Amino acid sequence: MHALFAYGFLQRAFLAGVLIAVACAVLGLFLILRKDAMIGHGLAHIAFAGVALGLFLNVLPLVAALAVAVAAAIAVMRLKDRAGLHGDTAIGIFSSLGLAVGVLLASLARSFNVELMAYLFGDILAIEPIEVVLTLVLAAAVLIVVRLNYAKLLYMTFDRESARAAGVRVGRLDTLLMVLTAVTIVLGMKIAGILLVAALIVIPAAAGLQVAGSFRSAVRASIAVAVASVAGGLGLSLALNIPASAAIVVLCFLAFAAFSLGKRGRAIRPGPG
Amino acid sequence: MDIVVLRGVSFAYDGTPVLVGIDLTIKEGDFLAVIGPNGSGKTTLVKVILGLLQPAEGKVELFGKPPGSLSDRGRIGYVPQKATHIDPYFPASVEEVVGMALLSESRPRAAAGRERRGRVLRALEVVGMGEFGRWPVGRLSGGQQQRVFIARALVTSPKILFLDEPTTGVDAETQTSFYDMLDRLNRQEGLTIVLITHDIGIVNKHVTSVACLNQRLAYHGTHAEFCRSDVFRDMVSRGDHLIAHEH
Repeated sequence: MHALFAYGFLQRAFLAGVLIAVACAVLGLFLILRKDAMIGHGLAHIAFAGVALGLFLNVLPLVAALAVAVAAAIAVMRLKDRAGLHGDTAIGIFSSLGLAVGVLLASLARSFNVELMAYLFGDILAIEPIEVVLTLVLAAAVLIVVRLNYAKLLYMTFDRESARAAGVRVGRLDTLLMVLTAVTIVLGMKIAGILLVAALIVIPAAAGLQVAGSFRSAVRASIAVAVASVAGGLGLSLALNIPASAAIVVLCFLAFAAFSLGKRGRAIRPGPG
Repeated sequence: MDIVVLRGVSFAYDGTPVLVGIDLTIKEGDFLAVIGPNGSGKTTLVKVILGLLQPAEGKVELFGKPPGSLSDRGRIGYVPQKATHIDPYFPASVEEVVGMALLSESRPRAAAGRERRGRVLRALEVVGMGEFGRWPVGRLSGGQQQRVFIARALVTSPKILFLDEPTTGVDAETQTSFYDMLDRLNRQEGLTIVLITHDIGIVNKHVTSVACLNQRLAYHGTHAEFCRSDVFRDMVSRGDHLIAHEH
């Protein structure tokens, strides 16, 4: 019975991992093309403060991290607008603050322990059943929201001014993209870990961009790399007893390297992609 | 019918006046060239008309409404100045770029998809780019990219088309065929066109009216009257990119 539960639980965790991989791949494309690739990294550091806060207050760390990361994402957007900060300065400020607050809270709670390590480096076997359900629901919600706003996000990413003239509310979409990224990063941290989850945002999308002649094909290639890496990494982790997060990131990089080499092998020529 | 009406419009960037007391009316079927030296406020004028910038003073109406409250934005086509300064590695096909302007679809997905593609392909045919639908836009020449952006501006069947310095960096031969295409859209399709340029010579053959801007509107009238005006003579004496064209 226990084995069956464990098997069913693992299936749901795998499914959650796949949904997160798809969300990361699609969001990553938009972020890279907006030259915001490091936002995932910054938000992951901010999520660390949320995890530490959850452990400190004894509430579910995933929920605390969601609240902190989403609030910080909105704060970053406002700071960028109001303080006129250049590029990723705002995310640099908040990510450092997030890490500092996280260390302080973890120290105060005396919770530099196995549980915190599970968040820093990821541990799929440490995911609570309630976290799996929450992850499934929120990851699906992220994908639905992206699908509903896909055309506007693409237009805004490609040509912001024309999108504005066409009635796209670019400021709202900027914030929406940040919030969706924050949620996805937090959901992914139990699988890939706070320190490595940003790789899921950047590397599959970067790999997809190596081979794509259209945005649609970039989305498909990025999703394929992300899903294969997450599924393969989790599988390797269970089979070889190695850390899943590291296996996922290495697989992502191998796909990126293969796509890059494949691209270099083809002569660049005019014509359909 | 008046498509654009500006009354006493002024705009300043951080206290520096860019537009001062502009009164301008653009009627349906006009092919208006907005000319003036660099920094004269041409781009700002179009952004104010489109509602991308809010005027400090005055009233702006686009299709009889304040630009910000205009819900049917498909009636406007816009090709901004930097449209061709795109990321050459952006993975977008020509069809995807043109389709970006078709934002809202309420029909069932399959039917909407077929109709969308049909409209995209028709817009590409109009600008002579029908064969390039599946090409990555970054692999096209500057002139071809410009045509793709015009197709994107036309795909919603707009009533008015705004073009901001559309032939910057485009060779002379491509420029000629480009302006011939605009001519055809204006005369045969009845499309109202607002063309921003600092080169008055190249538009002499095509436009029906001219607005000469240098913070204030120095002249607004027909092209024929413009060629007889003091403003034109002053520009000739300064040698402002003038090329003699027969009208």
